[in-house]
Amino acid sequence: MFIINCPFCGEREQSEFKAGGEAHIVRPKQPTELSDDQWAEYLFMRKNIKGVQFERWNHAHGCRKWFNMVRDTSNDKIKAVYKMGEKPPVE
Amino acid sequence: MKNKYSIFSLIKNAFSYHENWEKAWKDPAPKKEYDVVIIGGGGHGLATAYYLAKKHDMKNIAVVEKGWIGGGNTGRNTTIIRSNYLWDASAGLYDHALKIWEGLSQELNYNVMFSQRGVMNLAHNLQDVRDLKRRTHANRLNGIDAVYLNTEQVKKFCPIINTSPNIRYPVLGGTLQRRAGTARHDAVAWGYARGADEMGVDIIQNCEVKGIKRNGDNVEGIETTKGFIKTNKIGVVAAGHSSVIANMAGLKLPLESKPLQALVSEPVKPIIDTVVMSNAVHAYVSQSDKGELVIGAGTDDYVSYSQKGSHDIVEGTLNAILELYPIFSRMRMLRQWGGIVDICPDASPIISKTSIKGLYFNCGWGTGGFKATPGSGDLFAHTIANDEPHKLNAAFNINRFVSGDLVDEHGAAAVAH
Repeated sequence: MFIINCPFCGEREQSEFKAGGEAHIVRPKQPTELSDDQWAEYLFMRKNIKGVQFERWNHAHGCRKWFNMVRDTSNDKIKAVYKMGEKPPVE
Repeated sequence: MKNKYSIFSLIKNAFSYHENWEKAWKDPAPKKEYDVVIIGGGGHGLATAYYLAKKHDMKNIAVVEKGWIGGGNTGRNTTIIRSNYLWDASAGLYDHALKIWEGLSQELNYNVMFSQRGVMNLAHNLQDVRDLKRRTHANRLNGIDAVYLNTEQVKKFCPIINTSPNIRYPVLGGTLQRRAGTARHDAVAWGYARGADEMGVDIIQNCEVKGIKRNGDNVEGIETTKGFIKTNKIGVVAAGHSSVIANMAGLKLPLESKPLQALVSEPVKPIIDTVVMSNAVHAYVSQSDKGELVIGAGTDDYVSYSQKGSHDIVEGTLNAILELYPIFSRMRMLRQWGGIVDICPDASPIISKTSIKGLYFNCGWGTGGFKATPGSGDLFAHTIANDEPHKLNAAFNINRFVSGDLVDEHGAAAVAH
């Protein structure tokens, strides 16, 4: 359990949010030309990092907006929060 | 040969105040080279080593474990065993395990306290009823014992359940698998460890894997905190940390690791003699032989390796428990903990070869791996020894995420996620 600083609403409890998984997975530009391996990579394969990970979150019980977060998954400490479309911060 | 555990050995050792029991397994330093190294000393990993030695005549085997054996998810789960899965592939896999459970204590000469007290799954709405009936029929076609119970029969089987129609999620019925039940999780790890050790398997504890050495498409060995170990075959059974190990070999897996919580109450007199699960309200409960209620909660929806979960998950589970069992309203909880479970997109496990020769993965068991421990070990040992899957785990290969031939148990079966 941790507090998340929603870029739109400010600090709220994590239970108000929905985790949206790994961030910056780009939807294929030309889906018809993808091989099965590339589809599998896009749909299923995840980095699942132990350590600093870039994620998408949604303030489901608040403003309902999506945003990005940098979080250390080994101790749930949040490093940064930034809006969709913004450049991810470099460590 | 190890001394056999029996009533006579118990009496004999009582005379020496139980101070002279033989060690159940040695604590060896790693050798330079092994034929097979298993990464992960939980139930599945130890079982794999046991069956490699027993059924495939391999003797030069090591199990490396970063902590103590059985200290991860093996010692953190709610010990439920059942095989009432919907799809043929899952039914085959889990019932294979259940059949081994039935003779496991005798085989290992170690009491794993397997108790076939039955597992009941509750239905709370019309769709639940339809799904559970469908699953009951599917189970029977696969030779798995399953019966559908109406509300009165549920009440008769477990009288403390609140079957009033006036609760938020009324009990409309349920399924019962009588061969299902529970076992003592630590004993499973210790029993397999003792059996494997007796056949010459080196169980190396406090030895964390730091890297996997590859030579092109082959593996050459592992870097550990106790030095380099040379081997051509690596079986990874690292549960929540599978992706971390995969990363070391340059592989990506379709897994997400999430915290799953459980809790136990103070011990009380026998009150519930079966296991009751409810997927709709997400609560499951049984009673341990010590008298504690063993309660399982759900997973958090974010990736985490912290072995801690959120309080709101526990709160939600306890709300459901209290509505279904008002008699527990004044029970106090003793302990709560989390384990990190690796979940596949189709909620089925991976027991498979990989694109790297000599590297095998047994992972993705998600929230329900304990029940499969003996079967998982047996089939993974077969896969490693023959470099080919057994027909029972062929469907659980890693390529299904490319071919699309998923074993989609998510929501379709008795999987509690």
